[in-house]
Amino acid sequence: MPPPAHVGGGIAASGARVPPILLKRGRPRIADRIFGASVSMMGGIVLVVIAGMVVFLVLEGLSAMQHYGFFSFITSSRWTPSTASPDVSHPNPYGILQFIYGTMLTSIIGMIIAVPLAVGAALVITEVAPQRIKGPLSALVDLLAAVPSVVYGFWGVFALIPAIKPVVNFLTTTLGPVPVIGVAFQGPFFGYSYFTAGLVLAIMVLPIIAAVCREVFRSTPRNEKEAALALGATRWETIRIAVLPRARSGIVGASLLGLGRALGETIAVTMVIGNAVLHINPSIFAQGATMSSVIANEFTEATEPFHLSALFVVGFWLLIVALVVNILARLIARRGVAL
Amino acid sequence: MTQLALGTPGLRNRPALRRRRAKSALLVGLLIAAVVVAVGVLAWVLIYVAIQGAGALNLGFLTNTPPGNPSAPGGGFYNGIVGSLIIVGIAAAIAIPLGIGAAIYLVEYGRGRLSSTIRFFNDVLIGIPTIVTGAFIYAIWVTRFGFSGFAGSLALAIVMLPLVTRTTEEMLRLVPNELREGSLALGATRSQTVMRVCIPTALPGIITGAMLAIARAMGETAPLLLTTLGNDLFIEYNPAKRMSTLSLQIFDNAVTGFQEAQARAWAGALTLIAIVLIFTFAARFFGRRVRTSNA
Repeated sequence: MPPPAHVGGGIAASGARVPPILLKRGRPRIADRIFGASVSMMGGIVLVVIAGMVVFLVLEGLSAMQHYGFFSFITSSRWTPSTASPDVSHPNPYGILQFIYGTMLTSIIGMIIAVPLAVGAALVITEVAPQRIKGPLSALVDLLAAVPSVVYGFWGVFALIPAIKPVVNFLTTTLGPVPVIGVAFQGPFFGYSYFTAGLVLAIMVLPIIAAVCREVFRSTPRNEKEAALALGATRWETIRIAVLPRARSGIVGASLLGLGRALGETIAVTMVIGNAVLHINPSIFAQGATMSSVIANEFTEATEPFHLSALFVVGFWLLIVALVVNILARLIARRGVAL
Repeated sequence: MTQLALGTPGLRNRPALRRRRAKSALLVGLLIAAVVVAVGVLAWVLIYVAIQGAGALNLGFLTNTPPGNPSAPGGGFYNGIVGSLIIVGIAAAIAIPLGIGAAIYLVEYGRGRLSSTIRFFNDVLIGIPTIVTGAFIYAIWVTRFGFSGFAGSLALAIVMLPLVTRTTEEMLRLVPNELREGSLALGATRSQTVMRVCIPTALPGIITGAMLAIARAMGETAPLLLTTLGNDLFIEYNPAKRMSTLSLQIFDNAVTGFQEAQARAWAGALTLIAIVLIFTFAARFFGRRVRTSNA
């Protein structure tokens, strides 16, 4: 067999002898093939896991969904497992609207607090702080993400609630009686509330948003910042002219990423929200429950008919919400920065 | 707007300049306040837990199991610490090789749409609520084989897998192509190139990512509630049985009304934070180029 042109053609032309092993091509080594195939399978696991989650949550929730109807869960806000009975299918005792409301409300409160703080912290770390302390500062903010959820919840109950109690009591007495908006700030405040959960969530998602924002701000071209400074811009003006306009989509993506984390956070929220499952409470200082907290709280004690299955329905909707938010976040953020 | 009136009269117009400087100082001050709040909260949490935990944390806490009666003083979380180490250890043994393999696929083998889809959904999996992961493992494992430490390991492996994949992928991408080309030119096969050149070059970063994933798994509670359930009564070394973990014991003891149980929970919280921080700092020690938050 003549050597193929691209293998050592030059050597052959110069007359030197080519060892035959180098010319033996085309037979891919078995080990190489096995290696390639197995890493490809490992890559595919992610897809299998996500698809499996959707399929199995639906399967486990199927009996409740068939009994009560697919949409009756998200059109009712009444969660009374003790009234469930295998014979009665209407009304649905497992309405989950109040959990969706709780998840949204706590996450929104968390985001309102966390996003400005995280963007500010990221700006300081990338633009304002002296070079020497940039590293330690970003390590400290990252450490917020290292504290386990259960510790935040525990701390929230014993340190945060007593600290915010006077402030919240002041708010309920001043804003509570105001017509129209007053219902959102009604007392009494027992410590456990949507608001407390939102505060804890804010602390937990802050480092995530800040980390992504840091990467986004860092990608600002240096010469644009220098151009702004050369024109006499102050520090804030430089940030406004050169840094923030490019970072907009990155900040939105980072916030959605934080939102995705806030929506699913379980243990810390369960510990500080009060777990009032009965109905929607309009006041942010009232006790409530979220989708994840009700699963964590009732899962191992679900003995009523369809109770466990209904909790899987809650899990299914939580998964859907989390998937949508995370996919949106990645799509938006990807344009700004490689996450 | 003042921002664009920079060149011409601005510099001579002292009151305008002073106003702009004042505005800048004010807003930069607000930014710095944001950092102070973030770091202040961190300090508050750590110091509070340290003060509360130090009172009950002693050798007995680390070597005893909880008393049968939660209102009794003393006892410790030895079974939970053992359980956490075993469960996270098994999870790491599953997730780290798989995560590294997936990253090798993404960087060295994957082409086209499939690999970008996998990369995308790997990032999405990072954001899936861990309680949903727990419910998933309950559905596929616990319904057949019952609550067990191993079920918890499976759930934590799913939590860790995308984290390991992502950091390993980032590290493999930093390996210069010249190294791969050199290896291939010397006659190495593709798998030899990956295993003997790319992975060793990226190893410090891969270890960092793995340790951060372990730190994250150590603190997880929600998925374990649905899979290992907890076992407060005795020491269990067999992962086929129900096990306790440090995080579950903190949760259970914190929500009882007994001060003695809460004191144990504080000591447990301090222990857990110490373990997590050790892994986090060790990770930083191995490689500084990796982002340390699991965003």
